[in-house]
Amino acid sequence: MIITDFTPPAGMELVYQRPESLVDVQTHYCPGCTHGVAHRLLAEAIDELDLRERSILVAPVGCSVFAYRYFEVDSCVAAHGRAPAMATGIKRVQPENIVITYQGDGDLASIGIAEIIHAAARGENITTIFINNAIYGMTGGQMAPTTLPGQKTTSSPCGRDVESTGFPLRVCEMLAQLDGAAYIVRRSLHDVKNIRKAKKAIVTALKAQVNGLGFGMVELLSSCPTNWGMSPQQALSWIETNMIPYYSLGEYKVIDAVNALD
Amino acid sequence: MAKEMIKGNEAIAEAAVRVGLEAYFGYPITPQTELLEHLSGRMVELGRVFVQAESEVAVVNMVYGAACAGARVMTSSSSPGFSLMQEGLSYIAGSELPCVVVDVMRGGPGLGNILPSQGDYFQVTRSAGHGDFRPIVLAPASVQEAIDFTVLAFELADKYRHIVIVALDGQVGQMMEPAELPAMGEVARERPDWALTGAKGRPPNVVLSVYLEGEREEAYNLKVQAKLKEIKSAEQRWLEFATEDARLLVIGYGTAGRIAYSAVQAARERGIRVGLLRPQTLWPFPEDRISSLADRMDGCLVIEMNAGQMLEDVRLAVGGQIPVSFYGRMGGIVPMPDEILDAITHECKRLAIHESIERSC
Repeated sequence: MIITDFTPPAGMELVYQRPESLVDVQTHYCPGCTHGVAHRLLAEAIDELDLRERSILVAPVGCSVFAYRYFEVDSCVAAHGRAPAMATGIKRVQPENIVITYQGDGDLASIGIAEIIHAAARGENITTIFINNAIYGMTGGQMAPTTLPGQKTTSSPCGRDVESTGFPLRVCEMLAQLDGAAYIVRRSLHDVKNIRKAKKAIVTALKAQVNGLGFGMVELLSSCPTNWGMSPQQALSWIETNMIPYYSLGEYKVIDAVNALD
Repeated sequence: MAKEMIKGNEAIAEAAVRVGLEAYFGYPITPQTELLEHLSGRMVELGRVFVQAESEVAVVNMVYGAACAGARVMTSSSSPGFSLMQEGLSYIAGSELPCVVVDVMRGGPGLGNILPSQGDYFQVTRSAGHGDFRPIVLAPASVQEAIDFTVLAFELADKYRHIVIVALDGQVGQMMEPAELPAMGEVARERPDWALTGAKGRPPNVVLSVYLEGEREEAYNLKVQAKLKEIKSAEQRWLEFATEDARLLVIGYGTAGRIAYSAVQAARERGIRVGLLRPQTLWPFPEDRISSLADRMDGCLVIEMNAGQMLEDVRLAVGGQIPVSFYGRMGGIVPMPDEILDAITHECKRLAIHESIERSC
């Protein structure tokens, strides 16, 4: 597919363009939101591995419910939290397809925690992109299962009180315990260096699925300037200063077969 | 093919296999577990998909996924598990996907018990989930009908891109009877053009149940309602016995309908002018036939294994033309033919159907 009609002048090379797997439309995401970055990384990874015509995207309920509008791949929208179950149904009947769930923290870590744990435990050969921005975005900024202790939200106006609300879930650490998980990694989207590392992790996760190695998940620490009440720049800094200390970046589970891919 | 002794639940499972079931997702719950157990062996043996999921919530969403991909897919459960599936069924209905769901009804509400019941009638016929839709509901009264309706369920699901529920009480699921299974068939590997298979050489397919703009959501709903109207006019199914000269019409489905048949036969032997109508589709309800029969009856007696749920549909169909009364048992109790015969006799006296009562004495 032709991505752009732009032809670089003689002697110049075209080095950056919209990935083939992204649709050329304006998104509904707020200014400064990192969903756009995550979408682009996933689309680039799909393109690089030449998976666009094999991919099926399962969108969640949450801000990324409209992800199906932005990816040039077959897609569907799951019920809240059920994307891993829906992806299981698709992958089991069509193992030749590359099945990807894209889920936020409320979707994956709260209402859908059972589905993600059991998909990982079964070693479902699917890939999950987990956007953790520590808040419910779509409904206007309520406390999420990943909201940090003391963090103010519209449903924890005095700051999250762990005495009454319990503690945030560290999903990578939980899923890494499961034998069915092949590749469990946490990355961040707060600066260029980390964005590059996130991209690499997504590529590895998709490669793992192509090779039938089991369940893969890439958690991406993301910003929500609108609901955090910050500027985009402040929000990126807040990821670094507040989220990363609680959600350590790193590879939580990489089975040997995944290591052997590179 | 020859008849063989087979249990209702296993008969449904095997019938589904033989008409090309590609994927089954389930969770154990009595009194439907034999269905899941049968398929756990058969599907794997045939290289087809079987998954025992972590919950009925996951099950129905796996069904949703497989249906998106265009596969012939089925699940089964019993009342409490069926309740958990309502979320996913609404999404499946909202996406106009075909699938078959078997509900082997047990005593309720709550955890209830594992005895036969028809207490899910409202649940299965009214919508089986949030929003405006009604699944097609088939109600077998024997093992043979359980087989035949399973085959029919897949045909109707594909024809209308719609949910078809095979709703049977635990008795039909648990009993063994001689019955004939369909011939063995293969899985259809061809996918419908709307299915998610990967956007190779075509624009991407999207399956969803979300329309943000009111006008689009209403347009979608109008389309579904038009389809339901078509189903309503084409798919009402029922059986009748001795209705030609009857003055009292007995109506019952599933096991209650089958026992009512024994009672109506006994009443006929006593000269009571009573007939039976046994709905085979609970939705669409055979309202047209009941309405026309009501024109020449003195009364109607509804028999159910619940507190009177189909009773409301009968009253709607009859439209106040004749009195409609009810006899039912709850809690997993199956009525005996004598109880129903007593109810028939009582009703004939109450309605002063003298001629027949005199002859019966």
